[in-house]
Amino acid sequence: MSSTTDHPAAQANPARDTWHVLTRELKPVLRDPFTLIFSLVQPLVFLGLFAPLLIGQSGVPAGETLQWFVPGVLVMIVLFGTGATGSNLQYEMMTGSHERTLVAPLSRSSLLVGRALKEIAPIIAQSLLIVAIAMPFGFRADPIGLVVGLALLAVFGVGLGALSYTLALATKDREWLFWGVQQTLIFPLMILSGMLLPLDVAPGWMRAVAAVNPLNWVVQAERALLAGELGSMVVLWGWVAALALACVGLWAGVRAIRRSS
Amino acid sequence: MTDSIIDAQGLTKRFTVKKKAVEAVTDLTFEVARGELVAFLGPNGAGKSTSLRMLTTLIPPTSGTARVVGFDILRRPADVRARIGYVGQLTSGSFAQRVRDELLSQGTFYGMSKDASRRRADELIESLDLASFAMRSVQQLSGGQKRRLDVALGLMHAPPLLFLDEPSTGLDPQSRANLWQHILDLRAQHGTTVFLTTHYLEEADRYAERVMVMDQGRVIADDTAARLKANLAGDVLTLGFASAEEAGRAVAVVQSLTDREVRREGEASVSVTAPDGDALLPSAVRALDAAGIVVRRATGVPPTLDDVFLALTGRTLREADEGGATPADEPTDQVADDKVGANR
Ligand SMILES: Nc1ncnc2c1ncn2[C@@H]1O[C@H](COP(=O)(O)OP(=O)(O)OP(=O)(O)O)[C@@H](O)[C@H]1O
Ligand SMILES: [Mg+2]
Repeated sequence: MSSTTDHPAAQANPARDTWHVLTRELKPVLRDPFTLIFSLVQPLVFLGLFAPLLIGQSGVPAGETLQWFVPGVLVMIVLFGTGATGSNLQYEMMTGSHERTLVAPLSRSSLLVGRALKEIAPIIAQSLLIVAIAMPFGFRADPIGLVVGLALLAVFGVGLGALSYTLALATKDREWLFWGVQQTLIFPLMILSGMLLPLDVAPGWMRAVAAVNPLNWVVQAERALLAGELGSMVVLWGWVAALALACVGLWAGVRAIRRSS
Repeated sequence: MTDSIIDAQGLTKRFTVKKKAVEAVTDLTFEVARGELVAFLGPNGAGKSTSLRMLTTLIPPTSGTARVVGFDILRRPADVRARIGYVGQLTSGSFAQRVRDELLSQGTFYGMSKDASRRRADELIESLDLASFAMRSVQQLSGGQKRRLDVALGLMHAPPLLFLDEPSTGLDPQSRANLWQHILDLRAQHGTTVFLTTHYLEEADRYAERVMVMDQGRVIADDTAARLKANLAGDVLTLGFASAEEAGRAVAVVQSLTDREVRREGEASVSVTAPDGDALLPSAVRALDAAGIVVRRATGVPPTLDDVFLALTGRTLREADEGGATPADEPTDQVADDKVGANR
């Protein structure tokens, strides 16, 4: 090709591109942090209206019940917030804004990875907020466990976010399909994670399904971490589940965005 | 190697809609020289956007190839992307983002430094008149304001080749004039090649040195606006007389001056459509005078590209727009604002 001499080949740099996509995605969050509160509605409802029922029913002190319940609420933040984030991309696909970024000289994978990484910011901010709200009611978090627990949530969130974007890319302009699939998955996943009620009393088949639900492992790890049991086996399994989900999510998402047009 | 910045060879795109093949673009072959300003005209559904989307590497052609800024669109898409600008038909700004933020992000996407991005963004905010809403989020802009941002985004990195898909749709006359001023400045300063689609005939007529007309996926004309009009349409001359009898005699006199058909028009008028109408008009008046026929009224109407389209297809552009694509097979561009999931 004679023209290659006067035009050097475009230098693909996925890491730099990912950084640019990530910083762009963070801008609305930084400009308007209050939007973070809106997606906290569901977890707050569960904390405010469901936790008191649990406390009343269990008969143990509030602090102890919250110790069990709040880690699940943190995972719920990721489930409801990050699980829905694909709709932002879907909306950008229907307006021309996604198309514009596809014409820009950005690596395709960065468009997905940058977005998925951005999810970490709201997850950390919202988790800290929930922890702060629960403290006056007797909830206590082990400081080191909290840091490791947030990291675990972040990894899990990147995976779930990537899957949500994958769903958006797959459903294209069919919003109803995105929400249909998302809602159909989210509630069984939530109930079968032992997030709201312990699964000890569940029938055998439910426990069998829960055993392969990565959410369940992350919830259990989160409980152990916030209680300061850093060396517990469930912590290890939680990390395995979160990392596996992140790998699967990013792999599927990158594949989907490479085919997107 | 030729100096063409776009070289398309037999580009064809077939979509499959409900198991039926829709051929959006058929055998598109053309070249564009560096620095040209080409307007791509055609009714709704003609295949203009699809052509642009192939040339900008957004969708692969079903068959055919193209080289854009010297690179093959299929084998070297990244090299093409780095050197072109594209303003799509829909909204380019993300609704949750602020106007200025989007411009800055766009700069970094194209490898501009932070400083250069800031300078360029402020320049465009000034000249495209975005200042009053630069700090608002895209969601809060009017249609025309959004469109101005789209154009600014496409111009951020001053690309050597710029594709614009209906850039002026939805703009008020003032903004449209600003937009054109920008495009013309860009060409004057950087020799930018501009390839744009439009529905505004007068726009193509006034600014583009080359007009390509597309209908039903095929290019049916490709020439300067002036030559297209001269060859396909021509000026319409109408001469009015005091009586039908005079008009009758006038037909033969005028016919002796032109090889185009002279027609009776109404009671006491004759008309002829001729490419050199402005020269024919005075000589017709003189010849009729010499023959003792007094011309009472004379009008010469220059042709529009609408007339060209009519001559090419037997339909006016407006008819083609209405009868062509049904709303159902239009690409969706109506997205209700209230459905926006605010970027969390
Ligand atoms: N993604 C798609 N899937 C299926 N059909 C498509 C797709 N995009 C375009 N088409 C069809 O291809 C044809 C050409 O569409 P295109 O958008 O290129 O027209 P256009 O000339 O840009 O029209 P307009 O002036 O309305 O923008 C139309 O019949 C359209 O329905
Ligand atoms: Mg179009």
